[in-house]
Amino acid sequence: MSTLLEMRTITKEFPGVKALDQVNLVVERGEIHAICGENGAGKSTLMKVLSGVYPAGTYDGEIHFEGALATFKNIRESEDQGIIIIHQELALVPELSIAENIFLGNETAKGGVINWHEANQHTEKLLAKVGLSEAPTTRIDSLGVGKQQLVEIAKALSKDVKLLILDEPTAALQENDSKKLLDLMLELKSQGVTSIIISHKLNEVGFVADTVTVIRDGMSVSTIDASNGVSEDEIVRDMVGRDMSDRYPAREPRAGEMLLEVENWNVWHPEHSERQVIKDISFNVRAGEVVGIAGLMGSGRTELAMSIFGKSYGRKISGTVKLHGTVADVSRVDRAIDAGLAYVTEDRKSLGLILDETIQFNTTLANLDGVSKAGVLNANSETKVAEEYREALKTRTPSVFQKVGNLSGGNQQKVVLAKWLFTGPEVLILDEPTRGIDVGAKYEIYSIINDLSADGKGVVMISSEMPELLGMCDRIYVMNEGALVGELAAKDASQERIMSLIVTE
Amino acid sequence: MDKHTNSVKAHLVAHMRDFGLLFALIAIMAIFQIATGGILLRPVNLTNLLLQNSYIIIMALGMLLVIVAGHIDLSVGSVMGFVGALAAVMIVSNDVPVPIAIAVCLVAGGIIGAAQGYFVAFWRIPPFIVTLAGMLVFRGLTLWLLEGQSIGPFPKEFQVLSTGFVPDIFPAAWGAGLAEMVGARKFNVLSLALGIVAAIGVVVMGVKKRSRDAEYGIDSEPNSLFWVRNVIVSGALVFLMFKLSTFRGVPNVLVTMAILIAIYAFITERTVIGRRIYALGGNEKAAKLSGIKTERLTFIAFVNMGVMAALAGLIFAARLNSATPKAGFALELDVIAAVFIGGASMSGGSGKIIGAVVGAFIMGVMNNGMSILGIGIDYQQVIKGLVLLAAVFFDVYNKQKQG
Ligand SMILES: Nc1ncnc2c1ncn2[C@@H]1O[C@H](COP(=O)(O)OP(=O)(O)OP(=O)(O)O)[C@@H](O)[C@H]1O
Ligand SMILES: [Mg+2]
Repeated sequence: MSTLLEMRTITKEFPGVKALDQVNLVVERGEIHAICGENGAGKSTLMKVLSGVYPAGTYDGEIHFEGALATFKNIRESEDQGIIIIHQELALVPELSIAENIFLGNETAKGGVINWHEANQHTEKLLAKVGLSEAPTTRIDSLGVGKQQLVEIAKALSKDVKLLILDEPTAALQENDSKKLLDLMLELKSQGVTSIIISHKLNEVGFVADTVTVIRDGMSVSTIDASNGVSEDEIVRDMVGRDMSDRYPAREPRAGEMLLEVENWNVWHPEHSERQVIKDISFNVRAGEVVGIAGLMGSGRTELAMSIFGKSYGRKISGTVKLHGTVADVSRVDRAIDAGLAYVTEDRKSLGLILDETIQFNTTLANLDGVSKAGVLNANSETKVAEEYREALKTRTPSVFQKVGNLSGGNQQKVVLAKWLFTGPEVLILDEPTRGIDVGAKYEIYSIINDLSADGKGVVMISSEMPELLGMCDRIYVMNEGALVGELAAKDASQERIMSLIVTE
Repeated sequence: MDKHTNSVKAHLVAHMRDFGLLFALIAIMAIFQIATGGILLRPVNLTNLLLQNSYIIIMALGMLLVIVAGHIDLSVGSVMGFVGALAAVMIVSNDVPVPIAIAVCLVAGGIIGAAQGYFVAFWRIPPFIVTLAGMLVFRGLTLWLLEGQSIGPFPKEFQVLSTGFVPDIFPAAWGAGLAEMVGARKFNVLSLALGIVAAIGVVVMGVKKRSRDAEYGIDSEPNSLFWVRNVIVSGALVFLMFKLSTFRGVPNVLVTMAILIAIYAFITERTVIGRRIYALGGNEKAAKLSGIKTERLTFIAFVNMGVMAALAGLIFAARLNSATPKAGFALELDVIAAVFIGGASMSGGSGKIIGAVVGAFIMGVMNNGMSILGIGIDYQQVIKGLVLLAAVFFDVYNKQKQG
């Protein structure tokens, strides 16, 4: 094997943050190289340096690609060399078709006129390579996240790729979709494509990676040969700098009196009025309970949560919501918040945060009354609150006056969580709360959940990661196609039981 | 020393927009001061400059909120003309008492804003279209009200709204003494006193904010820069008020304007509702899911804009001493330009009151200076257009470099 890429002593600073400090990375030709590290360790930044998002000259250190010194001034230049990056945030245009997206920016044009016939044919071939059978004219927004991810890869393949970089490709994927994607990576490897994958899902890393480089606090701490498998614990130890024996904090189930009761909840689709999205669902949460909702992507879990939370989704909503035994008014978000509900959205960037504003701004946003008197904000107490949550959640940032958009994905999630914790909810609904979050931070978030429930609050946890549901919940509801198909107590629950409930319906 | 210059530089780079704006205003004033042979900063002209721009600044305050909320209002020029006409019809043609007429006009402005805000907020019709319609409707209604003619003159009582001056409260002997000292014919002590008070206020507030920043470890501006900036700003205030004091003193409009600027700066920076407007413009969906009543907020921003346009219309009519069919024509463009020159972003969520005010002054000084120089309206338009483009380009360029 020969070396394809060598990054030497890369240092990258942002105002007030040293994101990378003398990082080294060596990638051999034809391997799958995983990069692991905690949230904010600098993984995405390293890849942005490599791909020219941060142009040569804005960082220190050298990049050698195929033996030559590379000084990319922009993404175009790195793409021309065959380095293709698929970012943490998908970059497809939802209103355009698959083919249009794939050829966006490098249209097969002759004299400015695109030959769509040719483009569609070509697209079909590319889609076949990634195992998609959709028509090239299908609109992106009609595809699930998993398929969109595959389209991104097809797009990468259209560009004659030598080094494929995937930044948390499976964060938003269901297990079987993730599996498909990882298989595709192995398939591409057998065709000679080298890839780099960044992931917080260490089991997947163990499955595909030949080599693992671990980054901690902006420094490369170790490179592990994983061709014969690697233990997750070993990676975790290097990531957090200590042994982590348990992934889930111990919790004592302590279900108290009835807290939240949702009865006969029905919701119709906001646009297609004939489609019923939620079908007569009833469920409840007791004080001190952590209740999970399992289900496949598109089973209506998010729609259920959002329709309860201030009718933020859907039409013709019917049913009752009771808190402490009395019917609660949840007809608007502010009323739902007043009633004691909080909802941590699944999509933090577009629904959870105001990216251009500071951590402080976002932290207090849902409870401005808590930091104001007679409508006048108290800047000191705002800062105090933001600082408190920064410490409690161990958010990594130089200060609470940092723009949220500049935080790493995992730290952004902590800010969303802080925002809702500050509203002092009775029932906290968490939608994919640990998506894109590192093992250490997950543990912290689980601990916060435990603290809340020990305090007599109720927690509803929607998650696509079954181990997480099994590890944290006292009770698990299973949803499929908008209806509840089962309820399992923690002691009876297993991945197999959940899956079989979904399948038999 | 080296480290110090470095941090000054870093701060300047990070706050390029704010300093750039201040610097641009100073540079533009200097250029016109020289080009006009000193006419620009003469007390008479300064007074004029304030009167001429008062209505643009007042509308810019309302427009900033609308733009921060992520919308736009193209109708303000027409609304302003319409309200002036309404005032003339009531006061001049029908002898309605002035205070009642003023109240009715402000309410009318609010209702107009509410009508437009209703369609934007609750029916989600793009504000560009709703207010474009409003622009046509109210221009037409102005013509209809005035029957194509100018109506005037207004009684004195109404004119003071714009052309009145605040009487000096200090003993006349002080004024006479100071007048002799500076070699002016008369001297308004109140004006100078207000200037000094304002300057001290600026410095005190700045120092307070600075010590708070330091307490929370916010990396605040280097000492030298802080003082340079404050000396310039407070010096300019004292200078302006000194100049005014050698003419007729403090125009009523300046008082109205100063109070409004202070109120709006407070609302945008320190209140819950202000915060929510920024959140709404920054990310409407996230704001909504945080319990913010986004529709109501949009509605309020438009109602407020309507009231401000009405106030501007009254001041304009009072200054002209008549209502004309052309009043406020194309003025919405100056107002919107002022807000964008002042650093607000087209997509909403950012922009400051003080920026909009400085932006309005930049436009105002250019209008005034070019008129003094006798530059034709054709060139004036071209130059103003280019300045707007340059300001926004500077913004975008800066963002890209930092991003
Ligand atoms: N544009 C920026 N301005 C300032 N700081 C930044 C910027 N981009 C990244 N950072 C900071 O650099 C550090 C590394 O961020 P990066 O996004 O590389 O983390 P990551 O390892 O990808 O984390 P995650 O697993 O959460 O995605 C973080 O502390 C982040 O706040
Ligand atoms: Mg990342």
